[in-house]
Amino acid sequence: MLTNPSIGLLFWQLVIFLILLFLLTKFAWKPILSSLKERESSIEGALRMADQAKLEMQELKAGNEKLLAEARLERDRILKEATTVSNQLIEQAKTRATEEGSRMIVQAREAIQNEKNAALAEVKNTAAKLSIDIAERILRRELADSPAQQQLVDSYLKEVKLN
Amino acid sequence: MKRLLVALFCILSLPVFAQEQTASVHEANKEEGFNAGELILHHVGDAHEWHFFGEEGEGPHFTLPLPIIAYQEGKGLSVFSSHHLYPEGTVHEGLKLEHETLEAVDGYKVHDFSITKNVASLLLSVVLLIVVFTAVSKGYRKNHGRAPKGIQSFFEPIIIFVRDEVAKKAIGPKYERYLPYLLTIFFFIWFNNLLGLLPGAANLTGNLAVTFLFAFLTLLITTFSSNKYYWSHIFWTPGVPLWLRPIMIPVELIGVISKPFSLMVRLFANVTAGHIIILSFIALIFIFNSIGIAPLSIAFGLFINVLELLVAVLQAYIFTLLTAMYIGGAVEEHHDHDYGIGGDDADAPLHVSGSHAH
Repeated sequence: MLTNPSIGLLFWQLVIFLILLFLLTKFAWKPILSSLKERESSIEGALRMADQAKLEMQELKAGNEKLLAEARLERDRILKEATTVSNQLIEQAKTRATEEGSRMIVQAREAIQNEKNAALAEVKNTAAKLSIDIAERILRRELADSPAQQQLVDSYLKEVKLN
Repeated sequence: MKRLLVALFCILSLPVFAQEQTASVHEANKEEGFNAGELILHHVGDAHEWHFFGEEGEGPHFTLPLPIIAYQEGKGLSVFSSHHLYPEGTVHEGLKLEHETLEAVDGYKVHDFSITKNVASLLLSVVLLIVVFTAVSKGYRKNHGRAPKGIQSFFEPIIIFVRDEVAKKAIGPKYERYLPYLLTIFFFIWFNNLLGLLPGAANLTGNLAVTFLFAFLTLLITTFSSNKYYWSHIFWTPGVPLWLRPIMIPVELIGVISKPFSLMVRLFANVTAGHIIILSFIALIFIFNSIGIAPLSIAFGLFINVLELLVAVLQAYIFTLLTAMYIGGAVEEHHDHDYGIGGDDADAPLHVSGSHAH
């Protein structure tokens, strides 16, 4: 009986196995295999996308560096320009200040000279007036007493102090 | 091959061995002589009832009666519970059991379509397979686009292994059509091998009817999916001297049959041998009629049982792989004369070396 397969078992096995094959194929293998395939393809796609992103990142980085270098150059250029301009401005300001200063000095000198001249003229006038005054008084006193005249002159001189 | 030899050795030698032993222990044994061979064959064979433990009339026992479905020519169909037929020899509706074979009392031919222990076990395993794999399939719906979880993550690597290592490698680009069949036989054989190791369980994958059907289905699939290269290789073998070619035709035709035949015998022999070895170790206790032998029996039985766990998956793998190779050989587009797949089967007991001569 061990080596003599029974027809009943064979029949049931055939029927049941075919049903099992059908059911498992429909409800298990097909969805499982398609899910596996889908997942594998999605993983593959994700990996490929990651690679692409990496490449893009590298490109972006290179671009950034280029931009940065350009910016640095630009900055240097602008700095240099600014320095020259500022130097020029300083130079200009200096010249102008010097000019102004010398102009003001000249003006001051002129003013001082004018004042001096005016003062000297006044002194001269006062001296002349005093001289005339003194002379007048001396002339008036001479008639009376000569020592007294001398005294008078002295007293007048004392009165008038050139200060 | 080795396993087959062991199985043959066991089958052939055990009854003799047991008879000698029973003769010597007969006096000590109050009951009738213990026949190890009969016990083992009873356990690895089919039955019309599912016996778990105990004997009727000897304290606690549990036996599940199974439905008898028999067609008697001229009398028609009779369906009844198998407990009417036990103990063996009891006659019910003109039928009786003779060594687990259903016979009509009046000598007519009986077609036995009973739900035997193996059929019941088959139904059980089918329910289990459907429950498990619909649960796995549900996991893919639930965790769509996410990592697998639970039972799904346990079976996924195995399914992927069968797909990538067995189907894709052995069949090639057309593997997808055959994948459901390969997955089904792989898990069917594996689950039933494991179920068969449970105490009291049926020896389904160690039954020739079952392995024959798988081998036959493989043969059908191979034949119906074969292309002209496959047949040209059989009827006009390339690379062989012209005068040899007509001689090669029968050799190649034998090869076509011997491939599935080897599938059938290999699975049957491996599984049955494992069962016989375990049962033999247990039977030793009763042969020597001594509890002292029990530790040894348990140690060896346990060792073989653990080995059988490996054999369970290994045989499922081998069966699936060879099936895939045979299909691969039939659907291969270009016949590479140095091909290794789809033909070579060094492990096959009935290997026809001439069938692969180039």
